[in-house]
Amino acid sequence: MSKVAFKNISFKYGQNQILKDFSLEIEAGEILCLVGPSGCGKTTLVRCLLGLNKPDTGEIYVDDTCIFSATRRVNMPVERRNIGIVFQDYAVWPHMTVSENVGYSLKKRRVPKDQMARRVADALAQVNMTEYANHLPSQLSGGQQQRVAIARALVGNGEIIVMDEPITNLDAKLREQMLTEIREIQRRSGTTVLYITHDQQSALQLCDRMAIMEPGGNLCQLGTDEDIILHPANRFTFEFIGVSNFIPVEVKGGAITLKPGSRDFPWAEGRLPEGADATKPLEVGVRPNDIVFDKDSPLRVTVNRSVFLGSEYDYFVDLGGRELRVQQNTLDAAKYGVVKEGAETGIRLLNYRFYPPKEVQA
Amino acid sequence: MSRGRNKDLAAVDGRRFSMDGIMTAVTVVLLLVVVVIPVVSIIYNAFFFQGHFDPKLFSSQLTDAGNLAAMWNTIKIAFWVTLLGTIVGTFYAWLLGRSDIPAKGLMRALFNIPYMFPPFLGAMAWDLLLNGRSGYLNKLLVSTFGLEAAPININTLGGIVFVELSYYFPFVFMQVVSALERMDPTLEECARIAGAKQMTVIRKITLPLVVPAISAGALLILTTSLAHFGVPSILGFSQGIYTLPTKIYAVISRAGGSFEGIRQGAALSIMLVLVVFTALVIQKKILSSGSYDIIKGKSMRPTLIKLRGARIPLLILCIATLVLIVIVPLVMIFLVSLVKAYGLPLIPENFTLQNYQRIFAASGTIDSVKNSLFVSISAGVICMFLGTLIAYVVQKIRPKGKEVLEVLSVLPYSLPGTVLAIGVILAWSGAIGGISLYNTIWIILVAYIARYLSFSMKSSSAALLQVHPSLEEAARTCGASHMESLTDVTLPLIRPAMVSGFFLIFLPAMREVTTSILLYGPYTRTLGVQIYSLRDAGMIPQAAALGSVAIVIIIICNTIVTQATKDRKGV
Amino acid sequence: MDQVILRHVTKRFTTKTLGDIVAVDDFNLSVHEGECFSFLGPSGCGKSTTLRMIAGFEDLSEGEIELCGRPVSIKDKNLYIPPEERGLGMVFQSFAVWPHMNVFDNVAFPLQIQKVNKTEIAQRVKEAMKHTSLTGLEEVFPSDLSGGQQQRIALARAIVTQPKVMLLDEPLSNLDPKLRETMRFEIKELQRKFNFTIIFVTHDQSEAMAISDRMMVCDMGKIMQIDTPENLYNKPNSRFVHSFLGESTFINVVIQDGKVFAAGDTQHPLDLEIPKDAGRNMVVATRPNSIDLLKPGEGPGYPTRIDKRIFLTDRTEYLVQVGDQTLKIQVPHRISFAEGDACHVRFVSPMWYPAEDEAAEKERQRRQLV
Repeated sequence: MSKVAFKNISFKYGQNQILKDFSLEIEAGEILCLVGPSGCGKTTLVRCLLGLNKPDTGEIYVDDTCIFSATRRVNMPVERRNIGIVFQDYAVWPHMTVSENVGYSLKKRRVPKDQMARRVADALAQVNMTEYANHLPSQLSGGQQQRVAIARALVGNGEIIVMDEPITNLDAKLREQMLTEIREIQRRSGTTVLYITHDQQSALQLCDRMAIMEPGGNLCQLGTDEDIILHPANRFTFEFIGVSNFIPVEVKGGAITLKPGSRDFPWAEGRLPEGADATKPLEVGVRPNDIVFDKDSPLRVTVNRSVFLGSEYDYFVDLGGRELRVQQNTLDAAKYGVVKEGAETGIRLLNYRFYPPKEVQA
Repeated sequence: MSRGRNKDLAAVDGRRFSMDGIMTAVTVVLLLVVVVIPVVSIIYNAFFFQGHFDPKLFSSQLTDAGNLAAMWNTIKIAFWVTLLGTIVGTFYAWLLGRSDIPAKGLMRALFNIPYMFPPFLGAMAWDLLLNGRSGYLNKLLVSTFGLEAAPININTLGGIVFVELSYYFPFVFMQVVSALERMDPTLEECARIAGAKQMTVIRKITLPLVVPAISAGALLILTTSLAHFGVPSILGFSQGIYTLPTKIYAVISRAGGSFEGIRQGAALSIMLVLVVFTALVIQKKILSSGSYDIIKGKSMRPTLIKLRGARIPLLILCIATLVLIVIVPLVMIFLVSLVKAYGLPLIPENFTLQNYQRIFAASGTIDSVKNSLFVSISAGVICMFLGTLIAYVVQKIRPKGKEVLEVLSVLPYSLPGTVLAIGVILAWSGAIGGISLYNTIWIILVAYIARYLSFSMKSSSAALLQVHPSLEEAARTCGASHMESLTDVTLPLIRPAMVSGFFLIFLPAMREVTTSILLYGPYTRTLGVQIYSLRDAGMIPQAAALGSVAIVIIIICNTIVTQATKDRKGV
Repeated sequence: MDQVILRHVTKRFTTKTLGDIVAVDDFNLSVHEGECFSFLGPSGCGKSTTLRMIAGFEDLSEGEIELCGRPVSIKDKNLYIPPEERGLGMVFQSFAVWPHMNVFDNVAFPLQIQKVNKTEIAQRVKEAMKHTSLTGLEEVFPSDLSGGQQQRIALARAIVTQPKVMLLDEPLSNLDPKLRETMRFEIKELQRKFNFTIIFVTHDQSEAMAISDRMMVCDMGKIMQIDTPENLYNKPNSRFVHSFLGESTFINVVIQDGKVFAAGDTQHPLDLEIPKDAGRNMVVATRPNSIDLLKPGEGPGYPTRIDKRIFLTDRTEYLVQVGDQTLKIQVPHRISFAEGDACHVRFVSPMWYPAEDEAAEKERQRRQLV
């Protein structure tokens, strides 16, 4: 396990500034998920780490070794960086057997034959692929091919592995399973894992810590999964991490009024957090499952649509001309009853948060 | 993921002379030598004489009545071959692709046979059968029915069209069959649900959807027929029917290889190229349809159309077609190769193996087989590596101006073989650096390389596109240098495509006539040239015997190819 | 009125790899007028084959099919009406829009086949395109449009003849998740406006539940259960249906002296009402989000500890030991426990299945692997 540090990395592709002064440290032995919408520069960052892209500025360290520095003109070639990679498209070599694939990096590093055989066997055992050692990749399923890719990344030295959307090409059921397996393999081997994805759901399931990137290549927030969900640093994180509703509000002398559109609702329950700047325009953000029905609440809504999804009921309700999404889990539905389409009732907002309105894009 | 990808990994490595740079430079030089110089030579020699601009030659050639007649013949033949070939090819493709006609697999294989054989052998066979004066079938018909003149004369424009047609319709057939196979059956099912009857579906949905495939096949027929030499030369010379490629040959052989003759040929070449490109432009205008995305989603068998009562008659039609275009010419060549002298009736008493003994005793024949094997294998091997190199540069390194490289490597294929031969003569007969390859086997090799380079390039290109950059990158992160990632990963993965690229070149090169007929010297005849010369010299049974040998060689090679390409590993 | 009726419909295939298989085994069902009825099941369960038999693309091996009161396939009488005369609308997973026609021609095709006059075609196509939000795209070719728009063309083409019955074969599977949800609503809207009956084939249970009035769950060529989404989810008649619809968590229990014990724990009984026909060994089935997770003082329940806490985006998942088995519980973030905390769990209206189902389940999985 090794520590990785990016320091002030910038990268330009043509006219496009993809990364600017980007810094991030990955602790030894953790799974850090780098999450962001596609095009935010996360893949570029990884390619800089691997040596497949050359940053314009900055430095990259693995433990105390500098593998790249723009000012000191250090640029270790790809093949000597010794960082394992698992690509989205598996990238296992179709003309080599499973064990040849896994053993390739040992062969390139001139590891003696007997030691090589043992290490390949170890790596294959780690990913439960021992019995497939002599198969060709074309005889394996997508999930199995991805396991081979992981074994190949592990076998080198297992200090650092980069995974770039490794489960995107797999079907939903297998995705879940692979996440659990990746977690277990990481626990056993102690490898430092940098996991890149645009899917916050799988990142949350897997990570020790998460780094959220905004389009434009900025780091929004770095923290544990819980940290990020319960205390999103800004509006982007809040929106990116799950479904969200926003209602404009007006604050006058401590009293808050919801202004969803056609009608205003005084909101007695609403509390501004301390230190909030009430002089700027604000919106209240709330998750669908943090809106609960309460027929006595003054926030009156009409139910436009109600859809049964099994684990929950999904509602679209109208609050003064603004459509809000409400989720009610089946347990609550069983306890408090289901609201019918067309019905009028009240809602209460829990766990809400205030954010500035979205800037209008030029 | 190409967005964030550095174009040149070597640049990332920080080295000055990158492998990518070297490969790009080599490619540029090679294309310059093989393609650019011959093409420029033609244009230069047609319009310049001893360093001065001199359009007289070109304008005199352009207004010459004989040349204009040849041009019209070329256009007429190509037009009819393309039109009829498209209709015939599409019809049989639909019949074998979408109807319930029996024995589909076998018939599909048989319909591909004409594609393998040299059309000039077919022309020879038909000439033997239906020659206006001495054709076996004509003589038979005349004597049986007491006719005054031969009823069918193959030595006409119509005859040429018929023979070319029988060898070129598989171009359309193969394209359309594969398009029908790949088509999503729900496209047709949807039309049924919308209320359309089976025949309406064919007319309104199926046919329009395969139009791109039809037009791709038609384009191949058109360019091939415009540039074709063998059939019109065998069937047309005796009647004074010329096309541009045969006219060029006639001009040059009449001039006995003099420079003036070659210059005339160059001028005619430019005429031919103009015709080809005009035809391409017109064709594009008529059939301006993009390729549709008709690949199927779910794998479902397309519903086959029941022919019911028409099933047996259509089957008979298929068999009759196959007999006519495949069996009759083959049998004819073989039988004639056995007769003691040309003209004798084809009965067992007249049969002998003498012809075979003679051709194998003659050193010229043996040499021609050796020469053909040498140039075909050499061209195949050289093109295999060169084509792969160009493909790699174009697909993976993507230097600035890669489009130019791509066009340059494909250009010689759209140039008629005759034109290319003249370019090579003009370039490599001492014009540049005093290098003269004329009358040596090397000049043929150079011409073949230029002509067939695009085959291996396309084959390797397609395979390289399948090799995702991450495969090479994965090797790099495993500790392989750039060179090692190429030899360990990329090359093994495209090896099958390279091998098939070799055979794609070797096979047509073995039966090549068009180019080598202009380039051969006394000791450098190729197999095709030798057959052609034997026939020209009146030794028809011997020509037929050598033709039979050629057919056997081709069949053996083809079997090897199918076996070799069968167990390809998927990339 | 029942608009689609299947009686004893059976389809047998012979395949090279599996030999003879019964793809559809004695299907009996009827779909009511104006209903949205889903065929739901894993791949190879026979749902698509059934749909293709209704459309007329596949022959029946046995049985009969009736559409809008008219028999269209009766095996015994050798009656078979071709697809074009069944008067159906159909939308395929692959969109199947004709790439050589522009949007207008695609939508107008069914009317042109029916030889409707030009002005009426123009008017009806306009109408259909309006309802599928395609207005303005008349002249565009499908290849220039997104997947969602292509599927809208397919929908417009299907509704333009105003068929009574609409067959939808996994129409949303090729779209991305967000679009899938919007299209779901759009299909329901169209149904409301044009009042047709929908048969919807899918392997995605949440999609089926969201869109259907009733649905059929089938598996390996057999109908498992036909009911409303709520009933199927809350009262599945078999362990298969339970686990196929939504997340399930199963606990093996032993019934002793009128009390229910989780396997591996003879100390603390589970507070459950025992169904009448229960045997000694049973399986209690429930959903991770239908379990109350309480602090020890908050109420009665089975006492245990939090083994593991997994934080998910919209809820927290806890794993607790019940006897020697692990139970998965999901609750909103508002309810929070730490790993190691004592807690009480209480099942809310669980389902009971005989323990033999376990063996059947294993067999099913084995057969699916083959």
